[in-house]
Amino acid sequence: RSLQLEERKPSQQIAQRRVRKRRRLRKVRRRVRKSREEEERKQHVQRRRLSSSSDDNSEDESMSEGEMARLKEEVEEKKKLIATLRNKPWRMKRRLKCLKEAQAFVEKFEGALGKGKGRRLYAFKVMMTKKIIKFNRDFENFKTACIPWESRIKEVESHFGSSVASYFIFLRWMYGLNLVLFGFVFGLVVIPEVLMGMPYGSLARKTVPREEQDSAMDFSVLFEFGGYCKYSIMFYGYYNNQRSIGLLQFRLPLSYLLVGVGIFGYSLMVVIRTMARNANEGGDGAEEGTFTFCWKLFTSWDYLIGNPETADNKFASTTTSFKESIVDEQENLKDENIHLRRFLRILANLLILCCLGGSGYLIYYVVKRSQGFAKKDRNELTWLQKNEVEIVMSLLGLVCPPLFEVIAELEDYHPRIALKWQLARIFALFLGNLYTFLFALFDEVNSKLENEKEIKNATIWALKEYYTNYTLYNNVTENIPPPNISPADVIRGPCWETEVGIEFVKLTVSDIQVTYLTILIGDFLRAVIVRFLNYCWCWDLEAGFPSYAEFDISGNVLGLIFNQGMIWMGAFYAPGLVGINVLRLLSSMYYQCWAVMACNVPHERVFKASRSNNFYMGLLLLVLFLSLMPVIYSIMTLPPSFDCGPFSGKDKMYDVIMETIEKDLPPFMADIFSYASNPGLIIPAVLLMVLAIYYLNAVSKAYQNANLDLKRKMQMQRDEEKNRRNNKDSTNQVMKDLEDLMPNKSLIPPPSAEETEIPADQLRKSPKVTGKPGAAATGKGVHVQKDVSLAAANPRAPVTRPPGPRPPGPLPGNARGPPPGQGMGRGRGGPPPRR
Amino acid sequence: MGGTSSKLPKDLLSEYQELTFLTKQEILLAHKIFSELQGGENGPYSSRVSMQKILTLPELKANPFRKRLCHVFSTSDMKDGSLNFEDFLDLLSAFSDTATLEIKSHYAFRIFDFDDDGTLDARDLEKLVNCLTGETDDTRLTAEEMRQLISNILEESDIDKDGTVNLSEFQHVISRSPDFVSSFKIVL
Repeated sequence: RSLQLEERKPSQQIAQRRVRKRRRLRKVRRRVRKSREEEERKQHVQRRRLSSSSDDNSEDESMSEGEMARLKEEVEEKKKLIATLRNKPWRMKRRLKCLKEAQAFVEKFEGALGKGKGRRLYAFKVMMTKKIIKFNRDFENFKTACIPWESRIKEVESHFGSSVASYFIFLRWMYGLNLVLFGFVFGLVVIPEVLMGMPYGSLARKTVPREEQDSAMDFSVLFEFGGYCKYSIMFYGYYNNQRSIGLLQFRLPLSYLLVGVGIFGYSLMVVIRTMARNANEGGDGAEEGTFTFCWKLFTSWDYLIGNPETADNKFASTTTSFKESIVDEQENLKDENIHLRRFLRILANLLILCCLGGSGYLIYYVVKRSQGFAKKDRNELTWLQKNEVEIVMSLLGLVCPPLFEVIAELEDYHPRIALKWQLARIFALFLGNLYTFLFALFDEVNSKLENEKEIKNATIWALKEYYTNYTLYNNVTENIPPPNISPADVIRGPCWETEVGIEFVKLTVSDIQVTYLTILIGDFLRAVIVRFLNYCWCWDLEAGFPSYAEFDISGNVLGLIFNQGMIWMGAFYAPGLVGINVLRLLSSMYYQCWAVMACNVPHERVFKASRSNNFYMGLLLLVLFLSLMPVIYSIMTLPPSFDCGPFSGKDKMYDVIMETIEKDLPPFMADIFSYASNPGLIIPAVLLMVLAIYYLNAVSKAYQNANLDLKRKMQMQRDEEKNRRNNKDSTNQVMKDLEDLMPNKSLIPPPSAEETEIPADQLRKSPKVTGKPGAAATGKGVHVQKDVSLAAANPRAPVTRPPGPRPPGPLPGNARGPPPGQGMGRGRGGPPPRR
Repeated sequence: MGGTSSKLPKDLLSEYQELTFLTKQEILLAHKIFSELQGGENGPYSSRVSMQKILTLPELKANPFRKRLCHVFSTSDMKDGSLNFEDFLDLLSAFSDTATLEIKSHYAFRIFDFDDDGTLDARDLEKLVNCLTGETDDTRLTAEEMRQLISNILEESDIDKDGTVNLSEFQHVISRSPDFVSSFKIVL
């Protein structure tokens, strides 16, 4: 190639230099183009690039810089078109044609743009990019195929509609989250301890104490997570505090702490990402009442319904909701007794506050009692007494919500508002119960800590005694071997973390039991009774009193959220809890899918709590923060037990981090951390964040205002259009003033003649636009006043020619030049009649 | 039986993936179902499936707008609502999970426009309400209620006060609705 060039050009120095420079420039240009193209390449039909490029060899010399740039732009445009083709509401045939054209164009000219040396490398890069794109697409397809339970959820959707199915989708999402958390905990904490740590029986903390060993295998003990369960990987107390274990020098205490905190971090990230995604999809701006009728009409039909029975239900509920809204509109004008209403509402709220207070106190009392029971011998207690706390909590969760509903009858709210109040109250109930439980637990922890001090003293004293005795009997003062006691006989501290972990695990297990029993009895048994007793009962059981149950979406979702809150709280003290939860969610999915299909009927009244997706995510976020607080508090303030767990022997749990920074990281990192934790740095950072929040708030308000402004402008334009069409007289004061300022008012052309003749020869391209006679005339009217009017062209007609009262001359895009002012089928684009 | 179960050629498959919102599995599943619908047809292997056959699909059986769906997505010259495979893919793509709001609202507008004149006037709205309230007489609205309902709807959505709802007004209303995208979905 270079020889060819040198032969063709004159052999003078200057020409040679010119040739070399041009070659260099071409190389640079090629490189830049290559990198840009590779970034934006799409999948093409398989073609030989080399063959196409060889055709354009000769053109390379003749293409100038400007032509190249223009060609490049066109290629980019075509690529963008290919990417957005699926968004266009055309028919497939047209899209296919367009795609093929665009692809052919890109193939042809891309070949022209990249040539010369490095052609083989270029071809290789092109091939690699294509392979990467194909791989990405296959991976996406594979990921979609991996999503479990699609067919099951689809079946539920077609029978019950999308609101019930949204619960199952939420359940599946939770399952995914818990699976990842389980992976973290299992992979980073449990497996290292099992593989590289000391086995069972080697240390005191890992062995069942001598006095408990007889009963350690009993089912009742195991069921309460005592015995072998207590001294296993499931709970905090099993883990050793050795700084680094195994060949890899794995730092277990550090890993335990980081995983414990990392669980919250990961969950937070996932929840916020999902919330952001939901917020993008759903509508944001409109408030509840603006488009009620329109939304009911246009969006109430659920296209996923495939079952005729469900469809009938949906018809009935749609009709009811239409009738109700119509009546509602009229009732809003009715006058009621406001004072009685207010009094009743205050009364209802008081009653509910009393209920909440009562339930909180009940839980506190029961937990205190259980502490008293714990001191007695286990065999003397009945099963009821042993499990009192869990039973009471679950019962409260079952009984109180219906009670709240009954009290809410007093309030007489609109159903949607009543639902919101109900959800808020159930949330307060669960929260109150959980926190009361935590406070009671906290008392217990404190008492255990007191207990621990005594035992610690006792152990130290025993050790000293052993050493003294040894010295006395053997007359040796140094190198005394450590006492030879089997691990089962060592005096143990009370290990409060394991106790807390056990409490949470017991709570979770009883929650699972109660949920499954409720479904079995409340839904299944009820359905069986209604079905079979109906043959011999006086009234119609199916239509009348018990009838089949409806699926309680909000109750189930709240239950799921709170269950997750308990898992988050307990995971730090009981690493096995996450595993239990994964099993629970898995079985829940199958069990509830079966129960819903077998025992439930679709809802009679379907009013969707709009934006409910983000509502539940918001609740989950709140619960996440509320469960984060106790864990962080205990890490920061409570001293760990002295003889169990990975932090035993330290003053505070986070000392492990300080230790790592001092010993493992290079010294300057310690300096950095100490500077970073200086209050002088943290307080300004917090202030900065507060300022940023304030600024973003102000910006969003400004956007809202701009939005309203634009809406108003649109409205004004349309009003102007309408008025102009009807009476040619502006009602807008601004317009009136502007018109008065016009030098010659007669610029407004008489509409009558043109209006009648234009519709006759309308040639509209798009079938969507109606042949409204007004449009054409206004087109003419508008562009005359174009300089002064804010109203743009009537948005309904296709703007194929720019309207404009330009001085006579060829308009861009108007091939015919200055035509006479009429006879053009579109009625627009011709210059105004000349004066 | 018409032809054997023909496989979708690979380059067509990749082009369909490029042009629709469907994944490869969804396109293959659609092809399978479409072939089954074609297979039962009497007569030679025709590329169009009649409207009656399409309406036997379980996903469309209970839908009150099924006939409109076929008419909107059909490209047949005889305007009989028959669909070929590409029309079928168009339908599924517009109703898929990942389709954008613009596409969905565009097709929703065309489905609701019973007389195909480009706007939703009072007659279209009345037919729409009747579709949604079922077939039997006791679920339908009275004339007075219907009038009230339609006037409320026009009041809410008709910005330029011309008595009809055009595409941009419709899209304006729909884009604010949080339920539209999730309810306007059909999955095979």
